[in-house]
Amino acid sequence: MREEGDELFMENVSQDFEPKIIAFLCNWCTYAGADLAGVSRIQYPSNIRIIRLMCSGALDPTYVIKVLMEGADGVLIGGCHPGDCHYINGNYKARRRVAILKTSLKEAGLEPERVWLRWISASEGAYFAETVKEMVAHLKLLGPNPLKSVWAI
Amino acid sequence: MKNPEHMNRIGVFVCHCGINIASIVDIEAVTKEISKYPGVEFIKDYQYMCSEPGQMIFKEACRSGQIDGIVVASCSPTLHETTFRRASIEAGMNPYRVEIANIREQCSWVHHDEEEKATEKAIDIMKSVIERSRRNESLTEVSLQTIKKVLVIGAGISGMQVALNIANSGVETFLLDRQPSIGGRMAQLSETFPTLDCSQCILTPRMVEVGQNKNITLMTYSEVEEVSGYVGNFNVKIRRKAAYVDWDKCTGCGICYQKCPKTVPSEFEQLIGKRKAIYTPFPQAVPNKVVIDNNNCLYFKTGKCRLCEKACPLGAIDFEQKERIEEIEVGAIVVATGYDLYEKEKIEEYKMGYCEDVLDGLTFERLLSSSGPTQGKLVRPSDGTVPKEIVFIQCVGSRDPDNHLPYCSRICCMYTAKHTMLYKHRVPDGQPYVFYMDIRSGGKNYEEFVQRAIEEDNVLYIRGRVARLYREDDKVVVVGADTLSGKTIVIRADMVVLAMAMRPSGGIEELSKKLKIQVDGNGFLSEAHPKLRPVETLTQGVFVAGCAQAPKDITDTVSQAGAAASKVLELLSNEKLLHDPITSWIDEELCAGCGQCVSQCSYNAIQLDEKKRKAFINEILCQGCGACIVTCPSGAAQQKNFTIKQYYSMIESLV
Repeated sequence: MREEGDELFMENVSQDFEPKIIAFLCNWCTYAGADLAGVSRIQYPSNIRIIRLMCSGALDPTYVIKVLMEGADGVLIGGCHPGDCHYINGNYKARRRVAILKTSLKEAGLEPERVWLRWISASEGAYFAETVKEMVAHLKLLGPNPLKSVWAI
Repeated sequence: MKNPEHMNRIGVFVCHCGINIASIVDIEAVTKEISKYPGVEFIKDYQYMCSEPGQMIFKEACRSGQIDGIVVASCSPTLHETTFRRASIEAGMNPYRVEIANIREQCSWVHHDEEEKATEKAIDIMKSVIERSRRNESLTEVSLQTIKKVLVIGAGISGMQVALNIANSGVETFLLDRQPSIGGRMAQLSETFPTLDCSQCILTPRMVEVGQNKNITLMTYSEVEEVSGYVGNFNVKIRRKAAYVDWDKCTGCGICYQKCPKTVPSEFEQLIGKRKAIYTPFPQAVPNKVVIDNNNCLYFKTGKCRLCEKACPLGAIDFEQKERIEEIEVGAIVVATGYDLYEKEKIEEYKMGYCEDVLDGLTFERLLSSSGPTQGKLVRPSDGTVPKEIVFIQCVGSRDPDNHLPYCSRICCMYTAKHTMLYKHRVPDGQPYVFYMDIRSGGKNYEEFVQRAIEEDNVLYIRGRVARLYREDDKVVVVGADTLSGKTIVIRADMVVLAMAMRPSGGIEELSKKLKIQVDGNGFLSEAHPKLRPVETLTQGVFVAGCAQAPKDITDTVSQAGAAASKVLELLSNEKLLHDPITSWIDEELCAGCGQCVSQCSYNAIQLDEKKRKAFINEILCQGCGACIVTCPSGAAQQKNFTIKQYYSMIESLV
């Protein structure tokens, strides 16, 4: 993991670093929310690539790990608000899994804040766009996924 | 499973959506790039893929036999996935071979100012969907035969209404109740608000209608023992309790209970009236058959008596009768188990005043009822005198989250107003007082009804709570607050009526476990969605009606019963049930039988075969959420067309 004095690494960070985000969105709430952002023509950064899941509870933590190992800079997981899950309680399952995953990432020396879990409903297009904007800004501050360069060597 | 890797020939269509996509995404660049992508057999673009000519091109490609799968890059799958999948069926291709790449809502519409990046993103999206499509299988919808019979649990007004609606549509219905007669709580009521028509007068004709309906099989004095199976195919074991009377012979003539020497308090009369050890709950019972209460029958207790047996002209009495288990098969189940009242013993601050003249609302109904123990004469149970001052206390146990129940029982404001009016009509010189928190009279003609009680019948409404009750001589002293004047009110009452909170009827928790349905924090049955699916439960094929779901009045109960019946009929109207095939399945060779998936499934779709030590999934119950796949430590659980491999390859193509 990168440290304060890792000059070499910092030099490699170009000024206009564009983070790459992979999003796993549940079919019923957040995917529909992302669609609504489109229908409402709310603009947000194009750094995000969306993968549709039937339910946030179907998110295998290895997907997130794979995304980070492959070198993407952040992962957004979107599910229905607590109590609104189309499959009764899949979002609670996701919440537990993501909590454990973040702890493991930290143990492994990766910034857990690269992984965001958000409840975004089908009516929250603006909130979805806002989340993407916010995440891009945050990842820009955080810098590129160190695994990108580590694996490149 | 076939080897999906073979499916490599993908046809791709790019839709311009007029200028919606084409003005931002460079279609030419996309086409050029994607055509080079492995496995892409051809790529075509068209102005409007969803239009008639667009569909023609699409269908032609399906028919060509050149390709194993199609990716349409266009708008969101929620819009036109069905359109293209339907077209593929018409053209002889399996619909689950068609996938949509969403390059409008999630690309061109949200990146107006970044044409180059939007094009790049569109290419990425398409590549990932091609990867997914490459590993898709052909799937067919799961179908199953449904049994066109229904079980209704609980035969109060709600269950009766459900049964009648279903039976009148020609579907065979079993109507079960644990009591010897149908009728439920409504049979106990004297008159009903807001019309003051007599409850028996409107209920008994309906009970007779139920009893005579050739499509309804009554199963009274019975309880649900065990439920197995699933939507369309439930197997229910029913315990038929021993009545010690052969109901095929019994005509309900009543000679037996006239002879019976043993008298006990009647449950139907809320214990203020009497019945015999051999009895029918009330004279208008349907079916009109007697049962012997073996806890009180002298023969069962002492081995002597058998007077009823000697009296019965038909030889219907059978002391040797045993309870038996009857099995029925049904396609749907409706739970309409109704309510009980919150126990007044739980109200500590009123206990000092408790005596025969402090009644709950249902007991007061029996006192008012012309078929009740006093033939409708309003007198005190303790000494038979006419009460001149009655205090009615509302919200007893309701709306008290700290000590009792948090919810509003919904009917008490109205029935208390009714009680006061009925009292005044019987005792014109009496004075009713009502202690209330606030009046909730939402409903057609309800507010007018309460106003009538206050204005025409001079009922004194006092806003405030009663702090305590205690006894003094033969009176019950009520100490309460009038929060409008700020004064303490003390009334020496002849009678006190408590509007006890409504609770789901006893045994609901056990029943909900047998049916695998959920109860809410207050013990009422949970509906699938509070607004859009109010009579369904989360277990397919199980429905709910009446007060088992939440407190409600007769009007709402009957409406809800109609809704439940219509949902049942909708379910059973098709010869076969069709089910989305994107379900999970278990690779038996990989399954270690750990059972972790079983606990993760919210639909009870997974069971562990204890002998084989393998999990197996019921495709009909599986809703395709994918929770079991994530849980499985050995990768044995997989979801059709949503495999881990598919996700991995999508991730690889995107990063």
